[in-house]
Amino acid sequence: MLEVNGIKKVYEGKSRTVEAVRNLTFTLQKGEFACLVGPSGSGKTTLLKIMSGLLDPTAGEVLLDGKRVDGPPPGMAIVFQEYGRSLFPWMSVRENVELPLKQKKVPAARRKELVDESVAAVGLADVHSAYPWQLSGGMQQRVAIARAIAYEPQVLLMDEPFAAVDAQTRADLEDLVRDLWHRFQVTTLFVTHDIDESVYLGQRVIVLSSSPTVIRDDVAIDLPEERDQLHTRSSPRFAELRARVFEQIHRPVEGQAHGVATHAPDVIAPSGATAVSATSDGGH
Amino acid sequence: MAFLRRAGFALGLPIVLFTLWWVTSASSTDFYFPPLSRIVDSLVEEWFGPRLADDVLPSLIRLTAGYLIAALVGITLGVLIGTYKRLRDLLEPVLEFFRAIPPPVVVPILMLIFGIENTMKIVVITFGCMWPILLNTAEGVRAVDSVLSDTAKTYRISGAARLRNLILPAASPQIFAGLRQGLSVAIILMVISELFAASDGLGFAIVQAQRSFAIPEMWAGMLMLGLLGFLLSLLFRLVENRWLAWYHGLRRAQRAG
Repeated sequence: MLEVNGIKKVYEGKSRTVEAVRNLTFTLQKGEFACLVGPSGSGKTTLLKIMSGLLDPTAGEVLLDGKRVDGPPPGMAIVFQEYGRSLFPWMSVRENVELPLKQKKVPAARRKELVDESVAAVGLADVHSAYPWQLSGGMQQRVAIARAIAYEPQVLLMDEPFAAVDAQTRADLEDLVRDLWHRFQVTTLFVTHDIDESVYLGQRVIVLSSSPTVIRDDVAIDLPEERDQLHTRSSPRFAELRARVFEQIHRPVEGQAHGVATHAPDVIAPSGATAVSATSDGGH
Repeated sequence: MAFLRRAGFALGLPIVLFTLWWVTSASSTDFYFPPLSRIVDSLVEEWFGPRLADDVLPSLIRLTAGYLIAALVGITLGVLIGTYKRLRDLLEPVLEFFRAIPPPVVVPILMLIFGIENTMKIVVITFGCMWPILLNTAEGVRAVDSVLSDTAKTYRISGAARLRNLILPAASPQIFAGLRQGLSVAIILMVISELFAASDGLGFAIVQAQRSFAIPEMWAGMLMLGLLGFLLSLLFRLVENRWLAWYHGLRRAQRAG
């Protein structure tokens, strides 16, 4: 369905070269819900931009349904972290959700159906004529999610969508996303830096190292399908999985040419000598 | 009540100034500073009489034509320059040079090319008020939010749809700022273009009044210009409030939040 093959991204600067993503390979199956978790500055956003065709990789390729991604592909929707900057403030909620459908040349009747359904699905049916900035942060993110759902994408990418909302709203939105996934069966990749969130949400957690990014682990989440914030999060199995992901994230990198990973992106000096102390990684 | 208080605040000072002028000039015998009552008489009889159609209207038509052309050209070029960095690098020095030329000095040159009729005056107005519109539009287009732009890209909104749904609305606060500056420049140039050589228009009529020692009429012409500028800016604000309602709401929400 969605294949990421040997993606590498090096930013060439004037005085220094930064290797943000070293080598990433993974595949998402149709209808799968995977979470991508990694520390801050681990190139998660870089990877997502490459997957969505907004950024070209230095090496490797992304295939969507066997077709190489070299620009934003049809059938892909993204929910960004910055909800306040991803909704069009001059359009009402309804117009925001409808715009991509117009662009996709969906007939008016079907458009109305899709907009009504998705706006209702995220619980915003009664504010569809409001402007985004009249809504709270959590509600704005719901609009962005409704827009993505209405688009009927093959793949839904979410880039730390709940990093900027408060804890209670966040819990509600997590359950909403699971709900929507059950209902619409969209292949979903959810990027987060929150370990608990990654374990709670998906069927699978892909653990990234800090930059230059490699995959540390690929954990199958065998929690029961029916999850709720209270019982799932306090179950022993949840704690085990959480501990496993935690360990992988905080484990120092072994046997890599450039030595120890740090939270700061590695700077590759001409000599290649970039070993930096591991203290910031907590991996003593 | 709140409305009355606001109206009182807005009208208070003008009323005070008008009264002051009226009272202090009432017994004036100075030829150059006639009583305000005589100026008002002339305003009503002349400016709101025959001169409305003979002078005010031609001025307004030239103003409107010059301003609309400037808006069209300024916004179009501004969008192009704001979108393409190469074009910006190429044109920037030239634009800065043209912008630095005080528009009134091009009047004699344009008179040679276009004569003294409407074309020259419209070109003068366009030339002068195009720059703030163009430069503000370019700035606004350049500053379109990157996340919003990425959002549009991922939903494959491109070409004309991108211009209509993303670029123009996102830049519209700056475009309006440019249009507002452009409007005051346009009014100034409307008058100046008529001072040099003309057979009708507000600027022409005021100079003519001064030369024929019709002093109250000259003063009244100035009042007329003031009123006109005031009305135009009021009209502008009405249009702006409609178009940018979302922007003002957004700003209020950001300040509150």
